[in-house]
Amino acid sequence: MTNQEKTWKEIAPAGVCSKSSTQYLTGDWKTYTPVRDPAKCTRCLLCTLFCPDGAIHWRPEKGDIEFDFSFCKGCGICANQCPTNAITMKLA
Amino acid sequence: MQSIAKQEMMALAGDQAVAYAVKQSDVDVVAAYPITPQTIIVEKFSEYVANGEVETEFVCVESEHSAMAASLAASATGARAFTATASAGLALMHEMLFVTSGCRAPVVMAVANRALSAPLNIHGDHSDSMAQRDSGWVQMYAENAQEAYDSIIQAFRIAENSGVLLPAMVGLDGFTLSHTLENVEALLDEDVKAFVGIRKLPNVLTHEGKNVPFRLDPANPMTMGPIALQNYYFEFKRQQEEAMKNALAVIQQVNREYAKVSGRSYGDGLVEAYHLEDAEVAAICLGSTAGTMKTVVDELRQDGVKAGLLRLRTFRPLPVEQIRSALAGVKAVAVMDKSMSFGGNGGPVFHEVRHLLYDTSSHPYVVNYIYGLGGRDTSPTELRSIYENLQRILQAGRVETPIQYLGLRE
Repeated sequence: MTNQEKTWKEIAPAGVCSKSSTQYLTGDWKTYTPVRDPAKCTRCLLCTLFCPDGAIHWRPEKGDIEFDFSFCKGCGICANQCPTNAITMKLA
Repeated sequence: MQSIAKQEMMALAGDQAVAYAVKQSDVDVVAAYPITPQTIIVEKFSEYVANGEVETEFVCVESEHSAMAASLAASATGARAFTATASAGLALMHEMLFVTSGCRAPVVMAVANRALSAPLNIHGDHSDSMAQRDSGWVQMYAENAQEAYDSIIQAFRIAENSGVLLPAMVGLDGFTLSHTLENVEALLDEDVKAFVGIRKLPNVLTHEGKNVPFRLDPANPMTMGPIALQNYYFEFKRQQEEAMKNALAVIQQVNREYAKVSGRSYGDGLVEAYHLEDAEVAAICLGSTAGTMKTVVDELRQDGVKAGLLRLRTFRPLPVEQIRSALAGVKAVAVMDKSMSFGGNGGPVFHEVRHLLYDTSSHPYVVNYIYGLGGRDTSPTELRSIYENLQRILQAGRVETPIQYLGLRE
């Protein structure tokens, strides 16, 4: 906890969110991190669809996918779904 | 002397009185599941809905857990919501009671107080609501059907006050009040509607940075009751405690305002003192027992005994200062509990009353009477024996048995 946190007198009741979920980084929850082998990856994008946190993005300018580790919770669903086993979960 | 509103004398059982109060209180949503001895409330209100006498949306839920979930959801949209239950039904709501108070949803609920199984028992005691003591709900207990009617109307004003924003339950003793026909003076529809008014919503700041009314509204989205971990959960709980403290003043204020309209008040709204000014021996109780107790106090007074009674109308928030000041001159106090805290040092009311007296200079003798469990009748003679015991304690100068069971076969 930091000194920037608000006191009980300053926050809205009922836990009403004061900021968007995009500002609440959940990536530090993870134990395992997905590591992708670009050589095996066919860019089928199944992982981007299955990721429950929307933390894998298709970057058309790069013609490639990109993991957003600020939100990846390390659940491993992408690794499980990958048809070419291009993603493995590694202890971070 | 201000003139009070015109009223209609009706013959109503406690449950009917509650249903009638809800009918008049401009309630948007009622979601309830019938359970003895609350059933008449739901039956009667369903009739009002079927007859088109109210505009309320009535939700036939499949359980009490759902009844509370639906009431919370309705309340979160800014609607006025009511439900009612008893005993096992209240126990099934347990989880949702905390969600409702934590979401600061001012749902009003009638609890026709009843014993909990096992063994199965449908009759009146306070085991059900006392088990929900720490769920963050305002708790009030009615002495008679008239007060049940009046308290429901008041509860909407108390719960919805922007400084409170807490759900409130009104207890009425199962069968003793819920099913017993009494004379009830009912206000006219327009007077109740004016008294409860339209629910006002305080503004809150949303994640979009908008300052908007505190309700779920697609045009101004907000999230209520989401995850709050080590860094914020504690702060939200502290807010609930502050809301309870604020309720102390609001309950008194609503009691005063209601008296102006109806001519009826219940002590200061929190506690009701009966012959306590010069009392040496006094009892404290909740609910309908106080009615019998007042008769006993009258008889004792005729016999020259300086007896008094303090009725706790409001149990949550606990009116600490009011109880201390009411008992300031009393030398021996009997605290009555219509429920048990197994393995505890007496019943829940005893715990709290004796605890708050620790910090007073008068230090009266305090004993606990557990009584009436499972609807067991408590006679005036038994109640009188409490005062006689208090007098013996004063004479002896000590308490031999601090926790006693009244009307139990030993």
